[in-house]
Amino acid sequence: MNRFKLEKVVPYFILTVIGLCFMLPLLWVMFASVDLNAKQALTIPKEFTLDNFTAILSDPANIRSFMIGLFLSCGQALLVIIVGVLAAYPLSRYSQKYKKPFMFTILFMTSLPITAVMVPVYQLFIFLKLQDSLVATMLFLTASGLPYGIWMLKNFMDAVPLELEESAWVDGASIWKGVKRVVAPLMIPGICTVGIFTFSMSWGNFFVPYILIQSPDKFPASVTIFQFFGTYGMVEYGKLAAFSIIYTMPAVILYIFAQKFMSQGFSLGGASKG
Amino acid sequence: MLRSIFFLLPSWILLLVFFVGPILLTFYFSFTNLALTGTQAQSMEFVGFQNFAAMFEDPGFRVSVMKTIVFLFLSAIVGQQVLGFLLAILMKEKNQAFRRIIGIIVIAGWVTPEIVVAFCWVAFLSDSGTLNMLLNSLGLESITWLYSFPMISVCIANIWHGTAFSMMVFQASLDDVPKTVEEAAIIDGASKFQVLTRIILPMVKGSIVTNMILVTLQTLGVFTLIFTMTGGGPGTATQTLPIFMYNQAFVNYQLGYGTAISLVLLIIGIFASLFYIRSMKVQI
Repeated sequence: MNRFKLEKVVPYFILTVIGLCFMLPLLWVMFASVDLNAKQALTIPKEFTLDNFTAILSDPANIRSFMIGLFLSCGQALLVIIVGVLAAYPLSRYSQKYKKPFMFTILFMTSLPITAVMVPVYQLFIFLKLQDSLVATMLFLTASGLPYGIWMLKNFMDAVPLELEESAWVDGASIWKGVKRVVAPLMIPGICTVGIFTFSMSWGNFFVPYILIQSPDKFPASVTIFQFFGTYGMVEYGKLAAFSIIYTMPAVILYIFAQKFMSQGFSLGGASKG
Repeated sequence: MLRSIFFLLPSWILLLVFFVGPILLTFYFSFTNLALTGTQAQSMEFVGFQNFAAMFEDPGFRVSVMKTIVFLFLSAIVGQQVLGFLLAILMKEKNQAFRRIIGIIVIAGWVTPEIVVAFCWVAFLSDSGTLNMLLNSLGLESITWLYSFPMISVCIANIWHGTAFSMMVFQASLDDVPKTVEEAAIIDGASKFQVLTRIILPMVKGSIVTNMILVTLQTLGVFTLIFTMTGGGPGTATQTLPIFMYNQAFVNYQLGYGTAISLVLLIIGIFASLFYIRSMKVQI
């Protein structure tokens, strides 16, 4: 093989090796989830079965933990969008003195590690008698997701032309109506991006509910899976794998959905002409 | 003016109570002897710099700082950053379908929630897990990965989980390098390696710096992955600062001391964030 050909082949070879390394741990979960006698090592199941999935889904405690997870994550995503759009509006539309420092503070907050404040947050929750409250946990999650939400939504809102809104005002719409009927609908791709990102972050979050929620019957899926891991993890690999796959699915589906949105989303410029 | 206050009020209240509040409390509690149980739980006292004095005397703290640095260096800077760049540059101008498949596999690790990542890797690295099965089939001895090489194990899991982010950042910035510049250099007789070091790297320098800070910040806050894989052990082998903070606050019930440790984390985070904003050169 000459040098030129080798240069072409080597990258493909390296990429294939990296790809295989990345794939092996995931392959194991997939195979184990459809195998009743799943072992720690990767084996092709002798018999394909969905029993692991039905066992997980027929346990009401698991269903409840998924529902609680959905409540926390959907609630957080929804609140971040509503509160975020409200905050983004004056930041995008009015020129004010405090705007610049406020936006810098927001950007600064997006990158702070939340892990660092969990001990005082726990103390704050005890002080306010909010420990074990799902709503309060959701509010805390909302606050931790807000900086990113406001930052993104403000940028998306900047892309919505002011003329469209002005023509709505001329037709007699109030500022509030203008936001609701003109600005928000034009920001749908941006709103979906922020919503999906917030949901996924929250859905995968283990540390926050683990610290702030104490009653096992209020645990979201992320904490339940950890309990499962500790109790049955060394025995029931197949069931744990099935649980993991069900738990991972929402994040995967939303990611695929978000990609479609992001690729077709940014054609807002055309809206002012139409 | 009044109207904009109305719009901003909900976000301000939430951010003040649940974001700024805890940060201020971190500073305050660090100087108290707050405890989870016992008499100090009821009557908290101001103890000045006592927690910090104890912290710098504590060998456990020094170990945790070292572990955090190793974890950051191996998994964030070397692992995610270099592997992410390698993936992005190798995938450049390759067959479209091949690019997509590799991309999907790497991103799958990123989309997977941290706790599932931990579970996958504990199983994969366990004594009779897939990796040892592969080693055995090559005629090599089994290795107790999580006991003999715990730090390497958590770093590999974190690299698996995080690399896709760096890969996507670098893919985007490599796409911005104009093709004509590269072609011109090749016509002038530059080798592929020279094109990389003299043209591509300087042009994507900005995104390398920004990505490095962002990945470092994310890795600094990693708790779930280590906690569920090794619990910080064996011994203190993987006890990074977030794990040490958790153990002091919630296992040893020393909330004041735990908060002092979180203040250290927070201050590192604050400086890294300021660097991040500077490196972004944003226009507001």
